Amino acid sequence: MNLYVLLKMVPDTVEELNVATDGKSLDSEFLRFKLDDPDEHALEQALLLKEKHGGKVTVVALDAPEVDEVLFTALAKGADRAVKILVNQSGLGTVAAARVLADYFASASDKITSDTLVLPGSQAIDDLEGELAPSLAAALNLPFVGVVSGVTLAKEQAVVTKEFAGGLRGEFEVALPAVLGIQSAEKPPRYVPVAKVRAVMKSAKIETVDHTPPDRLIRLELDRMYKPEAAGRAQMLEGAPEGIADKLVEVLANNSVI
Amino acid sequence: MATAILVLAEQLRGEIADITFEMLGAGRKLASASGVPLYAALLGSEAAPLAARLGLADKVFVADQPQLNLAPAHTIAVALKAILDQAQVGLVLIGGTNGSIGIGSFLSAKTGLPLVNFGRAAKLEAGAVVVTSQLFGGKILSDVKLADGRGIVSIYPGAFPVEAGKSEGTPSVEKVDVAIEAPKVSFKQYLEPEKGDVDITKQSVLVGVGRGMQTQDNVQLAEDLARILGGAVCASRPVIDQGWLPLSRQVGKSGMTVKPRVYLALGISGAPEHWEGMQNSQCIIAVNTDPKAPIFDGAHYGVVGDVLELLPILIDKVKARKG
Ligand SMILES: Cc1cc2nc3c(=O)[nH]c(=O)nc-3n(C[C@H](O)[C@H](O)[C@H](O)COP(=O)(O)OP(=O)(O)OC[C@H]3O[C@@H](n4cnc5c(N)ncnc54)[C@H](O)[C@@H]3O)c2cc1C
Repeated sequence: MNLYVLLKMVPDTVEELNVATDGKSLDSEFLRFKLDDPDEHALEQALLLKEKHGGKVTVVALDAPEVDEVLFTALAKGADRAVKILVNQSGLGTVAAARVLADYFASASDKITSDTLVLPGSQAIDDLEGELAPSLAAALNLPFVGVVSGVTLAKEQAVVTKEFAGGLRGEFEVALPAVLGIQSAEKPPRYVPVAKVRAVMKSAKIETVDHTPPDRLIRLELDRMYKPEAAGRAQMLEGAPEGIADKLVEVLANNSVI
Repeated sequence: MATAILVLAEQLRGEIADITFEMLGAGRKLASASGVPLYAALLGSEAAPLAARLGLADKVFVADQPQLNLAPAHTIAVALKAILDQAQVGLVLIGGTNGSIGIGSFLSAKTGLPLVNFGRAAKLEAGAVVVTSQLFGGKILSDVKLADGRGIVSIYPGAFPVEAGKSEGTPSVEKVDVAIEAPKVSFKQYLEPEKGDVDITKQSVLVGVGRGMQTQDNVQLAEDLARILGGAVCASRPVIDQGWLPLSRQVGKSGMTVKPRVYLALGISGAPEHWEGMQNSQCIIAVNTDPKAPIFDGAHYGVVGDVLELLPILIDKVKARKG
């Protein structure tokens, strides 16, 4: 199997997010970046498939802060190759990102083969222009399934589990090659000790690919970005934990649960 | 805006999904304000008999073709494009649901219409449609302008009232017949929801736990609280993905929709995909260390603090109160 995992860095929402002075982007000064949640699962799913069916896992990312560490971590977890496309991810919309990646898959060394499976995360928290997986599938003219939480391979097809709502899921057959938006791997993403990542940083290399930046970063006309106004609905309970607990007991009693 | 608005009607197992009514209600407002017609698209032989339920639309385009049942996003986009080619449509509304994921992207690629994802609100502004999207797990909003009101908008479930989209009226129906290539994705079967030990949709008290609980062991604290309150523990996705609790306990977009009397959100940020599943709880109490957590934008009561510190104290106090 020829497994490609597409990794996207996103701002860590545990930190406070502020809008930059242009009013249309995030203030990058205090931003910390992390791998988007579903992408962690896409990597895990690829590694599980490799363990079962053999093949090669290539992780691909656009240039972004802290991305090298994420790529090395993927190598430490068992990916065979890590590729960084030298296009800055910042400000890049989904459509342009899909275009860049489609160009990458048109290159001689990374052509889509009959046993290629491209696995982006299902959705990223900043996918304002839509998810990457369907945009890339459209650009590559490949079949696509999104919100996937299980993949098995059989001959020239994949059998995938797609989530609907209310715990209902559906099973679909997908002809290969294909693009699958991964939501959850069949197992929790594996852990890799920092020492191992450090060792890989010394022994392995990230391949880089040049690409001219797209002339149009985003197709949408962004008016402004802003923080939601605190709806003011929540009544905040303040004080020391003891006092807060007393107030919570009152709330629970008032709602007749005790 | 000089062209019609089209809503992609969604159905699951023979029922029109609520998101359809939400979009019809929102679409009707925009259409009336700009004097354009509101259309709906009903695709597939399973969906076709449901046209009469879409009374708020001026016209329903129906493709009564079995190949469109649970068809892949690409095929649905082909069908929508066929309708767009035959009617004067400028704005397309699609549900931001798991079932519809990707349709907007394919339609955008085929038509050149821009796609706005994560839509929460939409208004008219001097001929343009301004869409408010919720980004970064609900921490940031952004307004996107669709000039001339032309574009595709994916709408978060729960963004608009369902009732506003229901109407007794009988829409006119126009049959369409779409040329469909053999798809490379085919539906095999449904996998029914896992039956858990408890049905979280039937509880009057739910203790919801999120990534903020930090370890599986800490989930036990929440179990203790749930037990003395006579309720059950449920969770956000990361907790389930870690295997700390079974799938049957997941609340949200892919998980269950719950409406308990009291929902405690402990260490849950309030991302839209979680909010979707518990927003109609009668009383929402959130505990979170981050004062900017989106959960506080919608909760009834909020506590900024460490849930691991608060829980043992709260458990003792509830015990004392119950005597
Ligand atoms: C297609 C799709 C479907 C999805 N379906 C679902 C779904 O069904 N259900 C669902 O829940 N999610 C779903 N998600 C995921 C969703 O987008 C969020 O990632 C998820 O809800 C976040 O869970 P969380 O709030 O537990 O974690 P986080 O967003 O990481 O939040 C953890 C919170 O804990 C707080 N915290 C940390 N430590 C403490 C402490 N000691 N005390 C108190 N608070 C603390 C932090 O401040 C933070 O706010 C889906 C996503 C996609 C793309």
